[in-house]
Amino acid sequence: MKAAVITFPGSNCDRDLAVAFEHAGFDVARVWHKDTDLPAGVDVVGVPGGFSFGDYLRCGAIAAQSPIAGAVRAHAAKGGYVLGICNGFQVITEMGLLPGALMRNAGLKFICKSVDLVVASAASPFTSAYAAGQTISLPIAHHDGNYTIDADGLARLHGEDRIALRYRSNPNGSMGDIAGVLSENRRVLGMMPHPERAVDARVGGTDGAGVFASILGEMALV
Amino acid sequence: MKARVTVMLKAGVLDVQGEAVRHALGSLGFAGVNGVRQGKVIELDLTETDAARARADVTAMCDKLLANVVIESYQIEIL
Repeated sequence: MKAAVITFPGSNCDRDLAVAFEHAGFDVARVWHKDTDLPAGVDVVGVPGGFSFGDYLRCGAIAAQSPIAGAVRAHAAKGGYVLGICNGFQVITEMGLLPGALMRNAGLKFICKSVDLVVASAASPFTSAYAAGQTISLPIAHHDGNYTIDADGLARLHGEDRIALRYRSNPNGSMGDIAGVLSENRRVLGMMPHPERAVDARVGGTDGAGVFASILGEMALV
Repeated sequence: MKARVTVMLKAGVLDVQGEAVRHALGSLGFAGVNGVRQGKVIELDLTETDAARARADVTAMCDKLLANVVIESYQIEIL
């Protein structure tokens, strides 16, 4: 199974995300934002956290227009898997792969701590290794994680079981305590918490490993 | 010609920064500030000389990059 991890100027979780994919058993290709194509045979694209383009204009807005963006959109359009974490969630939302937007945290502070999350849906390629309703602990580190969507969109996410993860105690004002949201075909996940920082018992615990194990398990079925 | 784009959060989207500014104004003794909305102004220097075409170009720029129309609205002034 092959994963591609994209690096933008200002990405800072790209190496950790690549290591997490490798740890789970993926072959990993590193892709620069100026590339226009993904390597052949990529199954899952990882869009990492960080501060792409210094968060200028809006978080993720400029990265979403970078040369690689067309290939990521095409990958998603043909049913490929995309995992966007933190700034990566902001980037793929700005790309239009997910509905809604990520706004400044309600408390206006950058929040960096581990939080408890509820696996709201285990019926996804990214969460199938968890039990629905299970509580996991993952680090968050963001200033703009306040997920916002209009009332109809929120009802749709609820109705279609597209909320993958919720905060147990809402840190940032996100509507519906949403920490992670799925695309309509469930093959794109955007999440603010960092599973790639929780795949090693020596640093940060292993609660995030299930995300990568889920993707691998899903692909074994395909 | 020049264009000025004003990007604001849409009405109904909570502006947490504007609210923080409103509180700060209140604590400075400026009574009677009922609301604060904070946005951004983007000035563009364009080679286009036709106002209608410039407006169309800037509209496309707003929709594609300058504003996130999920949460923001924009106004364009051609100067």
